[in-house]
Amino acid sequence: MEHKTIRRSIGPRSRGRTVLYMFLGLVLAVGVLAPVLWMFMTSIMRPVDLTAKPLKLIPETTTLERFRQIFSSDNGSDPAYVFRIALKNSFIIAVAVTILSLIVGSLSAYAFAQVRFRGKKGLMLTILFTYMLPPAALIIPLYRIYSRLGFLDRKGPLAILYLSFIVPFIIWVMQDFFGSISKSFEEAAQVDGATRLQTLYYIFLPIARPGAIATGILAFLMSWDEFFYSLIFTSSLSSKTMPVAIAEFNGKFTIDYGMISVAGILGSAIPVLVTVIFQKYIVMGMTAGGVKE
Amino acid sequence: MELKREEERYGYFLITPSMIVVFGVIIIPIITTLVYSFVNIDPLSSHNGEFAGLSFYRKALTSSEFWADLGRTLYFTAASTAIETIFGLMIALLLNEDFPGVKFLRSIIIIPWAIPTVVNGSLWKLMLNGEYGVINALLMRMHLIDAYQSWLGNPKTAMLCIVIADAWKMTPLAVIFFLAALQGIDRTRYEAAMVDGAGAFRRFTTITLPALRPTIMVIIVMRTVEKFKAFDIFYLMTRGGPANSTKTLMYDTYLQAFTNLNYSEASTLAYLIVLVVVLMTLGYIRLMRREDS
Repeated sequence: MEHKTIRRSIGPRSRGRTVLYMFLGLVLAVGVLAPVLWMFMTSIMRPVDLTAKPLKLIPETTTLERFRQIFSSDNGSDPAYVFRIALKNSFIIAVAVTILSLIVGSLSAYAFAQVRFRGKKGLMLTILFTYMLPPAALIIPLYRIYSRLGFLDRKGPLAILYLSFIVPFIIWVMQDFFGSISKSFEEAAQVDGATRLQTLYYIFLPIARPGAIATGILAFLMSWDEFFYSLIFTSSLSSKTMPVAIAEFNGKFTIDYGMISVAGILGSAIPVLVTVIFQKYIVMGMTAGGVKE
Repeated sequence: MELKREEERYGYFLITPSMIVVFGVIIIPIITTLVYSFVNIDPLSSHNGEFAGLSFYRKALTSSEFWADLGRTLYFTAASTAIETIFGLMIALLLNEDFPGVKFLRSIIIIPWAIPTVVNGSLWKLMLNGEYGVINALLMRMHLIDAYQSWLGNPKTAMLCIVIADAWKMTPLAVIFFLAALQGIDRTRYEAAMVDGAGAFRRFTTITLPALRPTIMVIIVMRTVEKFKAFDIFYLMTRGGPANSTKTLMYDTYLQAFTNLNYSEASTLAYLIVLVVVLMTLGYIRLMRREDS
């Protein structure tokens, strides 16, 4: 009797259980993919079908007209045109923020992990705190300062605001990666006559590269996703970002859901592709920042 | 001695660029906001610039609006964190099993997380639309409702809709954290427990759950801080309405600052949020220390 129970539980799993898992998996797949697919359907449905009652889930005819509009419109007041420019602004800002924050952030992360200096602990805690700070606690004075400096509605100054919360994030995650590298590498390199900056560049950066890729991707996504600062600080095509353009579409009196869906798909394309392709790195970066082993 | 000073200088040299970026943006605004919460800032009033002491805090803490805001904020925070943690754990347990299709599920589960917050908001707004939304159409077809409902226009259901939309996007994050933790559990421990005759439920409560405890704690604290500051999805889906039913502390701060132009009231609210975030951050740090040792 005893023997039998053990056999049953460590032997090949019953078919019933596999079927149950597959069923739950199917439910999960529908839950994850259905909203995304619906956004896609909405983007290619004709306006008549979108407002039809009862709603046909699979329309007879579809249209790619909205996508064509986004890529071809050159009328300054056309939402399609506004969205294309906003997408471009978001991309420029996100790339600049990613590169700058990686350079600046990894230098600090290295210092926090490997160099001994006074006040390190306190500074690290302050950094963690600034990362958690709600932007609402800064926004009124920031707005006044920015308007006095003539910084409103400009991409560069907006990118500086993004750096102020993305750099702390990079430091927080990267110091974890640097911390796991043994000090003996550095000592060996110094014996060979390398300067400290050389050891940082030739020894530590290559070892920390997977970590840098992981945090770099997360920095890009954070910048791409940012909404609050952009909402307050941008007003025209010269700096408006993708999330603000989408919020404006939603705020219109007559909401064009077809166009919003096209915008949503184009706004999600880069982050979704990057995330699916670099999933391993992203998981590494996220778990390093949150859970220490 | 000389070496130690050189090491310190090197450390400060490496952290200087990020300190300039981070504190350059943050320091003046964070102090100014604090000052605003103690001084009457109202350019149109004769009391402009007068020291107000704690009166703005007293006013906030004794107003019913503040407590209603806080209640809604806590409801949103608790509900969405609970859903994410519980569903995240259940999904991770499923994806940790071996069955046909599990690799595919593991690679798509991250997709909702990658969709920008603003896009997620407009996607759910589109699906929940009261006149031609797909959710109404599906519920009608399943005979769960007998007429189209305005889910976001009803004060009773609006907050729940936001909770669901937010949980759909953020549950994958919890799944990824839990999966990483589950994969770190030694398989032989389960085999030993099975030999001892422990059933699936016993194995879960004696091996899995204790091993996941640090991850569960980190997810709860980390997500609570984030939820407490949530703004984007509220702006996009309901703008605090209908009938204030989705007006959180963070959203009220935004309204006071940029719609009502009550700078002192807004700064006071912002600092009350900071206070909560600081307390939660301290809790987070203590937690990390305890789990580290």
